[in-house]
Amino acid sequence: MTPTPTPTGAGSPPAAAEPPVGLPRLLAGVAGGGPPMDLLAHLSRHGPLPARGRRGPALIEVLERSGLCGRGGAAFPTFRKLAGVAARRGPAVVVGNGTEGEPASAKDRRLLTAVPHLVLDGAALAARAVGAPDAILAVHPAAAPAVAAAVAEREARRMDRVRFRVAVPPERFVTGEASALVHWINSGVATPTMRPPHVSERGVDHRPTLVDNVETLAHIALIARHGADWFRTLGTPGDPGSSLVTISGPVGRPGVYEISRGMTVREVLQAARGATEPLQALLLGGYFGTWLPSGEAMELRLCAEGLRPAGASLGAGVLMALGVGSCGLVATARLASYLADQTAGQCGPCVHGLAAIAGELDRLARRAGRVDLERLSRWGREVEGRGACHHPDGAVGMVRSGLRTFAEEVRLHQAGACSAASDAPVATGAGAAAGA
Amino acid sequence: MREVHLRINPIACEGHGLCAELLPERIRLDDWGYPLIAPDPIPPEVLEHARRAVAACPTLALALERRRH
Ligand SMILES: Cc1cc2nc3c(=O)[nH]c(=O)nc-3n(C[C@H](O)[C@H](O)[C@H](O)COP(=O)(O)O)c2cc1C
Ligand code: SF4
Ligand code: SF4
Repeated sequence: MTPTPTPTGAGSPPAAAEPPVGLPRLLAGVAGGGPPMDLLAHLSRHGPLPARGRRGPALIEVLERSGLCGRGGAAFPTFRKLAGVAARRGPAVVVGNGTEGEPASAKDRRLLTAVPHLVLDGAALAARAVGAPDAILAVHPAAAPAVAAAVAEREARRMDRVRFRVAVPPERFVTGEASALVHWINSGVATPTMRPPHVSERGVDHRPTLVDNVETLAHIALIARHGADWFRTLGTPGDPGSSLVTISGPVGRPGVYEISRGMTVREVLQAARGATEPLQALLLGGYFGTWLPSGEAMELRLCAEGLRPAGASLGAGVLMALGVGSCGLVATARLASYLADQTAGQCGPCVHGLAAIAGELDRLARRAGRVDLERLSRWGREVEGRGACHHPDGAVGMVRSGLRTFAEEVRLHQAGACSAASDAPVATGAGAAAGA
Repeated sequence: MREVHLRINPIACEGHGLCAELLPERIRLDDWGYPLIAPDPIPPEVLEHARRAVAACPTLALALERRRH
């Protein structure tokens, strides 16, 4: 059946809408905290799904030219993932990853509750391109009602060929890892599995499976409508397009923002009404991300090329600011403890190594005696790459950047002192951000 | 050229440490008793010992893998 996105009683089909100019793209027409954009409003803003030229195999070619990379953290070229699944035999499955286990991120929830149809459009287009009769939206509990309602609207209008299913995985950090998500869908157990086989070969119900972040799918929905050249009018040549970011910490208005990739950290913080106290550091990329001194971070461009020299990446779009009044080691130790706590408990080096590292960092943060820093960094090297998934690697990378960025603080703590004006709790979650 | 590597399945490995006893040339244990495997390929003269370690692992966590150079 050819999708006819004209809602009954809406008169003539909505004409292809004007492509959005500048920002916002994904969040265009969205008022803060309002109800989800319904199907009618969605179609009149964005227009119907595109005609043949940008669907099916042609979509993969457009995605290649667009340069879209995944927004779930690993920034892998999206066209390549679609092509990989499309090349496999038999019916495939699309999984929209909106689990958002990262505590400092709120962007996927925001996207799903504000513009669920954009994500569903992207899932439908990706499903057609890879030959998938089914698409599963695995979403955070806070987003489930909006997504389920949007699916019902589309089903009532028989809009899509693909069958949608909404699933709410358990809220654990590791659940959002692609193989863990597929494992949970298949068996109810949300732990990563060994590769091979990769989920693109054998995933949900043993079928080739495309796991894409929900923001990635929403970009696909717009690229299919407006083309690769349009996508590239924002961002940099090497890292094109816009991105959702979650900003937390001492800033005027923490929350989710849509940025052009390549904007500087300073510009992005200004969008959040700037810092409310002098900053000492920023965590870029989230709990698996990189701590950088604020002086070094401010002029960095938030794109792959801009962040690479600093050893950082945008990850899933998290920017966490740390004020001068907070202790960077306390913040680092808290994140490390959280990640150690969140292991899937399967791999010895991850379970024991992260616990040991977090334990020593906690002692360092509390100034509970001298810590053997040599051993701490050896543990980091030894834990890296020894899990079934990248959880330990991400955790160790963040810890290492914390010890580097807060090196002076480490020295003070080893001597029993601390530079922070207070040992007040540090904002490490999206609790504040999620409300904006 | 194809090289032979030892590969561990960290989900299956229970840290019995038997492999390190049988193949001390290539495997040592970390501070928690889990095997750390030397990154370079297994030289031919060690291959027989490596096979013995693989066969001895009680959880089938250890495997020999041919990798393209
Ligand atoms: C421990 C761990 C947790 C992850 N959690 C998420 C998550 O919550 N959401 C997400 O989209 N990707 C998450 N990922 C990345 C996924 O494995 C996968 O790369 C991503 O969903 C692919 O989508 P993309 O290509 O659109 O970025 C996680 C990865 C790891 C190692
Ligand atoms: S590395 Fe850690 S989080 Fe990943 S599967 Fe193993 S135990 Fe679980
Ligand atoms: S013998 Fe097997 S289970 Fe024991 S440490 Fe070696 S690989 Fe792990």
